Amino acid sequence: MAFKQASVLPGFNLSFGYTIFYMSLIVLLPLTALVVKTSSLEWGQFWAIVSEERVVATYKVTFGASLLAAIINLFTGLLVAWVLVRYSFPGKRLIDALVDLPFALPTAVAGIALATIYAPNGWIGQWFAPGSVLGGLFGSEGLSLAFNPTGIVIALTFVTLPFVVRTVQPVLADIEQELEEAASSLGANRWQIFRLVILPILWPALLTGFSLAFARAIGEYGSVIFIAGNMPFKSEITPLMIISKLEQYDYVGATAIAVVMLGVSFLLLLAINGLQWWSARRLGRRN
Amino acid sequence: MRATRLLAALGLGFTLFAHADTTLLNVSYDVMRDFYKDYNPAFKKHYDARFKDSITIQQSHGGSSKQALSVISGLEADVVTMNQSTDIDAIAEKGKLLPADWAKRLPDQSAPFSSLQVLIVRKGNPKAIKDWNDLVKPGVQVIVPNPKTSGNGRYTYLAAWGYALKQPGGNEQKAQDFVAGVFRNVPVLDAGGRAATTTFMQRKIGDVLVTFENEAEMIAREFGRGEFEVVYPSISIDADLPVAVVDKVVDKKGTRKAAEEYLKYLWSPEGQEIAAQNYLRPRDKGVAAKYAKQFPAVKLFGVDELGGWQAIQKRHFNDGGVYDQIAASIAKK
Repeated sequence: MAFKQASVLPGFNLSFGYTIFYMSLIVLLPLTALVVKTSSLEWGQFWAIVSEERVVATYKVTFGASLLAAIINLFTGLLVAWVLVRYSFPGKRLIDALVDLPFALPTAVAGIALATIYAPNGWIGQWFAPGSVLGGLFGSEGLSLAFNPTGIVIALTFVTLPFVVRTVQPVLADIEQELEEAASSLGANRWQIFRLVILPILWPALLTGFSLAFARAIGEYGSVIFIAGNMPFKSEITPLMIISKLEQYDYVGATAIAVVMLGVSFLLLLAINGLQWWSARRLGRRN
Repeated sequence: MRATRLLAALGLGFTLFAHADTTLLNVSYDVMRDFYKDYNPAFKKHYDARFKDSITIQQSHGGSSKQALSVISGLEADVVTMNQSTDIDAIAEKGKLLPADWAKRLPDQSAPFSSLQVLIVRKGNPKAIKDWNDLVKPGVQVIVPNPKTSGNGRYTYLAAWGYALKQPGGNEQKAQDFVAGVFRNVPVLDAGGRAATTTFMQRKIGDVLVTFENEAEMIAREFGRGEFEVVYPSISIDADLPVAVVDKVVDKKGTRKAAEEYLKYLWSPEGQEIAAQNYLRPRDKGVAAKYAKQFPAVKLFGVDELGGWQAIQKRHFNDGGVYDQIAASIAKK
């Protein structure tokens, strides 16, 4: 086989064959079913469904909020990982374990909990409600944290928190102290060490975490639905469109929208992967 | 020795399993949980005594349409108990699991009891809400679940529509404007009835919650009676709650007799009494008279007056329907 490269590791054929089989069974088969189901539509019908004004509004909400949540996690996730790796303090293990909690929690429970906290009468929401201390800073209407796109971003930030932390943490732990010491002895200040030594090493892991968080956020339904308010054209997410199509027993319409989400997500992930590849190569050359 | 005992135990287990008695699966919607929790033990007592059997009833609850979808996709429900007939129609049409005229097989169009949409307001009724036309007033916030994803929301939409239609000089255009006025005052569209209740009661959002009469009783049990008041509008919609045996499933499992008995017993005085205790309006005259105090007389109109569920679904709630037009017009303002 032409694409087979000589490898020191044995078992390539077996493991490669298994990988292809497994990926086909678990990932490609369901996706194919999705596309086959939509293929019963004429191109014009398909376009009419997926380009309907209200559906397009949900793409903006879903992709916009997901992007924002992933960006927020890019910074806060790095911060959390940094603290967990670089410092030792009492309760460190506990906080480390807390990071994974958004994974374990059923998303609906997370959604209800978040809505309870951020609602205008909730623990946090009340401080931003109209006429309250902090709310006054945002005008007479206050700042509404739930039942609008802000609420969606909050929910998505919560459920995607672990991704950046968990991808960055091991890489950060592996960075050799000597590198920083060497940089320091060559006269670099702290900011330069962070920007020129640490960040380039972390960059691929950060991007991976970012794209995982982003992908997860796009498909999220359970936690968002309770805090979104679900107002047409304002805070409806694309998965809700899919659910409401299913409620009308419109399987084909639902899969059509799903195919669009899938396509866009795939392109975005591909782009992020490309960026990762490009940055890895560029940094590789510099080294 | 130990292995033998284990095998014996296993064998015993299998024999028990082989002799297991009739099991029925009732696939139902969300807020029926409380009713069937009371009804199933009563039915078991009746059935076991009469047929010298031991019946087990399993319950599955979820959003009405979602449950119907599961049955179509293969969930083996012996009986389905839904909150609107379109869900059972879908099982007949898309799943071909029961005949299209299923509603004719039991009395009252196969609906053993009904409910209606009432207005739930905060204690003392601070915004003085008396009827549907108070819901369109500026400054009144109305909590309604999303008609696209909830039967409860669809009933509210239709109740408001019917109210406007029946006003002097009412016509379709005025009805649409009126319903648009109601939905303009909706700050949060929850996916289902229970979520809307949470928004109103727990998050304290909104001045009025529109929901089923029996849900009002659930709220009272959950949150206490002093927290809110129930306002009966001048006219409301008769929400028939239909039930049906799923023919294909019972014939395959051999449970037809038990399933039919299970549904028939809903119309018995005992079944009707349990319904009334759960604030579902009974069909039985005697039971209705006994519980008359908790069911104020309200002028009602049926879904049939608006053309029946299938036509309504198509015209109002399908994509691009009247509700979508209303939602679009609100968002653009």
